[in-house]
Amino acid sequence: MSEVRLQIDGKDVVTREGATILEAARSAGIFIPTLCHHEKLEPYGGCRICIVEVELRGATTLVVSCVHPVEDDLVVRTRSERVDRIRKTLLELMLAHAPDSPPLQELAVEYGADKDRFEKEASFCIHCGLCVRYCAEVVKKNAVGFVERGTRKEIAFIPEIAARECPTCKECLPLCPTSYLQAAFVLTEAFAFRSVSSEAAPEE
Amino acid sequence: MARLSSPEELEKFRQEAISMRDPARLCVSVCAGSGCVATGAGEVIAALGAELRKQGLEGEVDLKRTGCHGFCEKGPIVVIAPEEICYLEVTPEDIPEIVSATLKEGRVVERLLYVDPSTGERVTREADIPFYKHQERLVFGANRTIAPESIEDYLAIAGYQALAKALFEMTPEQVIAEVKEAHLRGRGGGGFPAGVKWEVAREAPGEPKYVVVNCDEGDPGAYMDRSLMEGNPYRVLEGLMIGAYAIGAHEGYIYIRQEYPLAVENLCGAMKRAEEHGLLGKNVLGSGFDFHVKLHRGAGAFVCGEETALLMSLEGKAGEPRARPPYPAVRGLWAKPTCINNVETWANVPLIINQGARAFTSIGTEGSKGTKIFSLVGKINNTGLVEIPMGMTLRDIIYKIGGGIPGGKKFKALQTGGPSGGCIPEELLDLEVGFDELTQAGSMMGSGGMIVMDEDTCMVDVARYFIHFLTDESCGKCLPCREGLRQMHKILSNITEGRGKESDIELLEELSETAAEASLCALGKTAPNPFRSTLRYFKGEYEAHIKEKRCPALYCKELISYYIDPEKCQACGRCLRECPAEAIDGGKKMIHIVDQEKCTKCGSCLEVCPPRFSAVRKISGEPVPPPIPEDQRAIVRKSKKQ
Repeated sequence: MSEVRLQIDGKDVVTREGATILEAARSAGIFIPTLCHHEKLEPYGGCRICIVEVELRGATTLVVSCVHPVEDDLVVRTRSERVDRIRKTLLELMLAHAPDSPPLQELAVEYGADKDRFEKEASFCIHCGLCVRYCAEVVKKNAVGFVERGTRKEIAFIPEIAARECPTCKECLPLCPTSYLQAAFVLTEAFAFRSVSSEAAPEE
Repeated sequence: MARLSSPEELEKFRQEAISMRDPARLCVSVCAGSGCVATGAGEVIAALGAELRKQGLEGEVDLKRTGCHGFCEKGPIVVIAPEEICYLEVTPEDIPEIVSATLKEGRVVERLLYVDPSTGERVTREADIPFYKHQERLVFGANRTIAPESIEDYLAIAGYQALAKALFEMTPEQVIAEVKEAHLRGRGGGGFPAGVKWEVAREAPGEPKYVVVNCDEGDPGAYMDRSLMEGNPYRVLEGLMIGAYAIGAHEGYIYIRQEYPLAVENLCGAMKRAEEHGLLGKNVLGSGFDFHVKLHRGAGAFVCGEETALLMSLEGKAGEPRARPPYPAVRGLWAKPTCINNVETWANVPLIINQGARAFTSIGTEGSKGTKIFSLVGKINNTGLVEIPMGMTLRDIIYKIGGGIPGGKKFKALQTGGPSGGCIPEELLDLEVGFDELTQAGSMMGSGGMIVMDEDTCMVDVARYFIHFLTDESCGKCLPCREGLRQMHKILSNITEGRGKESDIELLEELSETAAEASLCALGKTAPNPFRSTLRYFKGEYEAHIKEKRCPALYCKELISYYIDPEKCQACGRCLRECPAEAIDGGKKMIHIVDQEKCTKCGSCLEVCPPRFSAVRKISGEPVPPPIPEDQRAIVRKSKKQ
């Protein structure tokens, strides 16, 4: 596979074709904040916090670095007034749901995000999808999934699978940036595990 | 039916189809598009069939059930060939007279003709009706001559001639070059040059390649793709096959909304007949080109109109968009090069191949060529589907074709481009329709929705409505769309309900920037348009809502009050009887009063108050005058002396 040469924050970076900007930056030791990214998972592009400014052939645009492929002569700026402003708003939108999440608070300090900017609606989940995707892509059990759509979208353990798989796995729990996953798991366990295991589910 | 296995056989079959038609023969066409079906076309057709039998004309007069003619406001529509006498708003009760007078005696039934509201003149021929006269119906026009179940009808108007030409006289590269030269831009919203997309898909490595029809039309009030698919599915199929040949695909998918049953039915029939005639399937027309197409019914998510979400849905996954690049033309359905175009884009292709790029580009503006179909709806006299040459002014569409605003109301704004389009004010009505022109005005072409708004429309509420629609239809995958739009909707609701703060505008602007710049797909990126365009052109309305708690259009319920002017009230008791909330206090010869505490602001009192009194009025931004004292409520009628 051929090489791609680009510039990130003034530094010349050489990477492989097909790599994302985020991968290129990380390989060069340049930090870009992420929340929904995980090295073992397919790029998702959900939280958008890794947005960066890129310049190519005279045009400047914003792209999301975890999903945007590198190109020759691309000039990337991981921080700019616009990038910082958008990251700040994104953080404030998430903080309305999970005001006490440590990774969010850490980023909030960096970008001057106000956790009280929007009316609080402590639903905790920020829909990064790490748990759902980890269970699907790495563990390959699909014990936790998304239900509903849009603003009603939430994560949910599927009791029939979770009762069987989760007690010995729980690999997803530390991935959650807001600890909501832990709560959801405990609730599912309390509400559904017993009834699921007591039903003699027919084998497929 | 033996499959046609050469262009010569196709031509022979076409000539036979044409020769079986006598152009002088009487033919009654009834529009059976969804609009007319809703207003009773089915009953009209049944009545016509029965009446033709009864009056002994069965077999002598043809009866045809066609697709949508466009003038939905006046449906059901009946057109009688060869003279093209056009009857509007026809009911089954009109049928005996139509049969006896027009079909038997050749007399026109005057009362069913179109009456020009400005001159009072009656118009006999369909094409002479102002609604149609100013259109350029290159794509949609064939609808009225084709019965969707008759492939012969389509062949009789040069159907499949373009396919035969492409397959036998052109190389795939020549087809692409022609489409590129025609500068055909995607009719589904993006406006991306179709030829360029095709070329990328042709050159992209990977087999098999796919072509896809996007018929997931989800804009509220828009139904041009639906009507095209219902009325002329052959044309979409023909365009699709030409595209498939051009990019080297042998498989295609038609993604169509489940909510379009008639389109699904007509399309399935068309696919079956095309296959029987050798115009689809293996070895099309003996050319050696194989093409198979499958139909996929969408479950009704607006976001599935976005191409990557549509492809995810086709693959059986949740309809959520994915990042581009890679674009579908490079990596699309099942990670293979996929050319996905909207219904209307595909339907334009046979026209370009038949008439050539030069003829196509002779119509339009610098950047937008050919015609565009719009669904013209809202506060407009002539609701319907209109096809206009690019470059026509918005004013001409609204006044010449649309016949202006009903009820003597004043025009306020034209909303184009679907829910994530924008609102264009009066002062920009001379804007020429084109992709770039509309984008520069802060709106967009979108797939062709056009909603006319009059003076009674509150622009802040319009923004709130569309942002609500988009919030509801957001797939929820990316944060700026899911959370940003939700917050925008909350703030806009606050403003329309009288809880707006001065800082709200700035916050909305910031959320707009975040959604526009950081969203994953076009739904989120364009979602702020309803807010941005209304702020740009109607800022005063935002300020009135926020600072004065006043709705200038007198629309927002929380900001208006109904009040009975004691000077005008004649105690007729109409409002008293109609008020569902029992909020009106009054009696015989006693001035009526609205109890503001009980009033639910339904507006019934205003509606029923006789115009000669006009005692009820809406007020906003000012306190309601206190009710008049009890001892002054008796009405003394001076004129009652006689």
